[in-house]
Amino acid sequence: MIGGSPWRGGGRSRVTGAQAYVADLRFEDLLHVKLVTVDAARARIGRIDPARALAVPDVRLVMTPAELPDPMPRFGPQLRDRPVLAVGETAYHGEPVAAVAAETIDAAEEAAGLVHVDFEPLPAVTTIAAALDPSSPLVQDPALRPGDALAQTNVLREHRFGWGDLAAGEREAEVVVDGTWSFPMVTQFAIEPHAFVAAPDGDGIAVWSAIQHPYWLQRVLASMLELPLSKVRVFAPDPGGGFGGKQHAKYEPLVAFMALRLGRPVRLVLTLEETFQAVRRAAADVRVRSGFRRDGTIVFRDIEANYLVGAYADIADRVVAKGSYTSNGPYRTPAVRIVARSLLSNTVPSTAFRGFGNPQQIWAVESNMDEAARRLGIDPVELRLRNLARRGDAFLPGDLPADGVWADTVRAAARRIGWGSPLPAGRGRGLAVGLKEGPTTGLSYATVRLLADGSVVVHAGTSDMGQGARTIYAQIAAHELGAPVDWVTVVMGDTAVVPYDQQTSASRSSVLMGNAVLAACRQVQARLRTMAAALEGVDEADVVVDGGEVRLGDRRLEIADVLTRGLGRLGGELIGVGEMRKEAQPEHPLGGTAAFYEFNCTAVEVSVDIDTGDVTVERHVTVSDVGRVLHAGQVRGQDEGAAVMGLGHTLMEHYVWDEAGRIRNLGAIDYKIPTTMDLPRSMESEAIEHADGPGPYGAKGMSEGALLCVAPAVAAAVRDATGAVIRDLPLTPERVWRALQDRTPV
Amino acid sequence: MSDPLRIEVRVNGRTRAFEVRPHHTLLDSLRDDLGLTGTKACCLVGECGACTVLLNGRSVDACLVLAVEADGGDVVTVEGLAVDGQLSALQAAFLETGAAQCGFCIPGQLMAAHALLATTPDPDRAGIEEGLAGNYCRCAGYEQIIEAVQLAARGTTGPSDAHPAADAHSARAAHPDAADRPDVADRPDAQVAPQ
Repeated sequence: MIGGSPWRGGGRSRVTGAQAYVADLRFEDLLHVKLVTVDAARARIGRIDPARALAVPDVRLVMTPAELPDPMPRFGPQLRDRPVLAVGETAYHGEPVAAVAAETIDAAEEAAGLVHVDFEPLPAVTTIAAALDPSSPLVQDPALRPGDALAQTNVLREHRFGWGDLAAGEREAEVVVDGTWSFPMVTQFAIEPHAFVAAPDGDGIAVWSAIQHPYWLQRVLASMLELPLSKVRVFAPDPGGGFGGKQHAKYEPLVAFMALRLGRPVRLVLTLEETFQAVRRAAADVRVRSGFRRDGTIVFRDIEANYLVGAYADIADRVVAKGSYTSNGPYRTPAVRIVARSLLSNTVPSTAFRGFGNPQQIWAVESNMDEAARRLGIDPVELRLRNLARRGDAFLPGDLPADGVWADTVRAAARRIGWGSPLPAGRGRGLAVGLKEGPTTGLSYATVRLLADGSVVVHAGTSDMGQGARTIYAQIAAHELGAPVDWVTVVMGDTAVVPYDQQTSASRSSVLMGNAVLAACRQVQARLRTMAAALEGVDEADVVVDGGEVRLGDRRLEIADVLTRGLGRLGGELIGVGEMRKEAQPEHPLGGTAAFYEFNCTAVEVSVDIDTGDVTVERHVTVSDVGRVLHAGQVRGQDEGAAVMGLGHTLMEHYVWDEAGRIRNLGAIDYKIPTTMDLPRSMESEAIEHADGPGPYGAKGMSEGALLCVAPAVAAAVRDATGAVIRDLPLTPERVWRALQDRTPV
Repeated sequence: MSDPLRIEVRVNGRTRAFEVRPHHTLLDSLRDDLGLTGTKACCLVGECGACTVLLNGRSVDACLVLAVEADGGDVVTVEGLAVDGQLSALQAAFLETGAAQCGFCIPGQLMAAHALLATTPDPDRAGIEEGLAGNYCRCAGYEQIIEAVQLAARGTTGPSDAHPAADAHSARAAHPDAADRPDVADRPDAQVAPQ
């Protein structure tokens, strides 16, 4: 059961077309919403004239800022800076200034194009250099950041982390490796575009959103609408992919205000192009200086990272902080200085995206390690092993000590890729490691109901967006309570029915919600013990409930039989409630230590077409320290999926902006993500299991690890194959070709 | 806006006559006129493959076909794959290899795979990669999707009791009126009526 590969919970409906995503739900009396935008990034908004739009038959409302409360309601997980609709000025290309509701999609689309908006484009801040330039315009009104000394700049926040004596490290260093690496803006590109529905619900409101944290959204909406939590019901149907981009409210407040104004359900389904204008990953320039002794021992690391976040904070500064806090990596480094800035810009607000700020840093730090290996004349695998933290090492002072035998992971990847063995001409190998802090706080409740026939209903507020949380909870309940896995039903996605869960993020759900489900099962087991003891006339202490059965000494009883006898004529059920908390630690720079680390080692072999610069990944090996595999097929799916997603930002994906700050490659034609034609020619995934995680049966979270260090592994392999050193992503054929022309002749 | 036109299309074996707007796509009609929401909308420009269906036996992006072009045609959507509740070999293979993750691209992947196997019953890996090249999966479960197609092509899979589904119900995330409608399709033992 645990570690096997039963069919996915919800799998059958996913292959029959019956799975209902938000855009598939049926509503009586539904109105359709389209956003109104202007063709500019930053622009002064003048008069908005809805007359022609309102003249379109079937149009019911043109929502403008004038139709919303004054002052404009604002929201955001870090700053309440994002308005429901842009007021006065737009802050980025695609920010809505109005919205139309109509009886048909056609009418809404036609009318959205007829809303007349007077606007005057203004200079926009779209690059890191411009955001750092004190003469650039301010992206945010300083009034949105009262009491903030940085409010007169475009620096949203600056973080400083570190430990040890950097000056001493500098003196001790025999080799210093210094460079700056850049990471592009990329977008989550979930195949399900975001969709939002709001409907009046008695004296409250119901909202449907493919969101990764229905309870957080409930809190945001309750606060904005001045409703008690119990009057805001959030339905969160399984998202069709999230990757972080379905965290945090986007257009839910807008559709909620529209539904309440109209007294009818309204639905907004974004186009793919609009999702590019709703969510993205922060770009970053990361300078890394590392000092080494000649034997390869790291003596200091000095990192300065500038992340280009968007026009509103969203969760972007948390991304910057968390991605930078661990940026020294899994190494024992005596002195570390990390400075990281989140820089506001007139671009799409960046938000959570698989890896959460770490891939940008890991690209730089691991590439720096690769350069160091060359300078030192030490094998890159050996250099990493020499400095890698061992289990229990306090490699990150004040945080969780190293929680895995990480050298096993590195050695497995090196062995699988055939590290050190001869390669054909034109081929190269690269290897890199990635580390990410798991969740720093958490709160998950689960209820488990053992029904009279021995079947089980689990309530868990996780969003199953493809990671397979339903399957995991069904496996846990089946294992603990003796039910076949297909006798377990997992209910999610309704704040009125399912108890609270903080969020689905940071690869937390198998660990934190998994533990809550396990705790609820244990409570049911305790009730079974009491029941069995009474039925058999023995002491409770003599009854063991474990692994799906009831034991009294040598006797084994079926749980279903105990239930039938114990529940009696009235039937009923046994209910358990589980709670899993990871408390905040206010003195910690991130508000709490890591629940676990995700640790991955990726090794690749590439070939490079010298004439075109095209990079082919011939072999891709990803090895992750997962603690314990709960579902072998899903671990592999997450690992390989993260790896291929990593190949996207490594080889092809990036936004293109014009000078005015407009996105020039909106949509699927001009923004490419990996397809079957872009896969590595061979792919291997391995899970390292030492049952040393905090989750059920020793599991750790693992859904992001295999993305973390793809880029530095591939770039190292390109360098190995060609000698070309490239410090900017993505490694497009043109960029690689140019680097090949610039190579120093050997 | 132009007047609606009446068309007749055979969809999943059943002849449907209905009115469409001339500018509406087959995707619009399947989802909005016929309520067949298994076919998904994503890029709407024929790049992502989420809306792949079979039209007269060929796989097409339903977002690039006008509904009127399907007049008199034969359309198969993902809802038409299972017969009397029995999954097709490909559907079962997708479950067997864990190919469906978030699931949003899966209807399109299945239809593209069906079209591929109809013309090439035993494709090699390169053939499968090419056959599915127009179908994005951002979960990037491509390896398991390719394995599912290989498994189905070998004919070694089918609905099997040996691999019980860990299926479960979503909370009723629908209009309150629909709140008591059983989610039969998600029951392992349920019969799914072909559309």
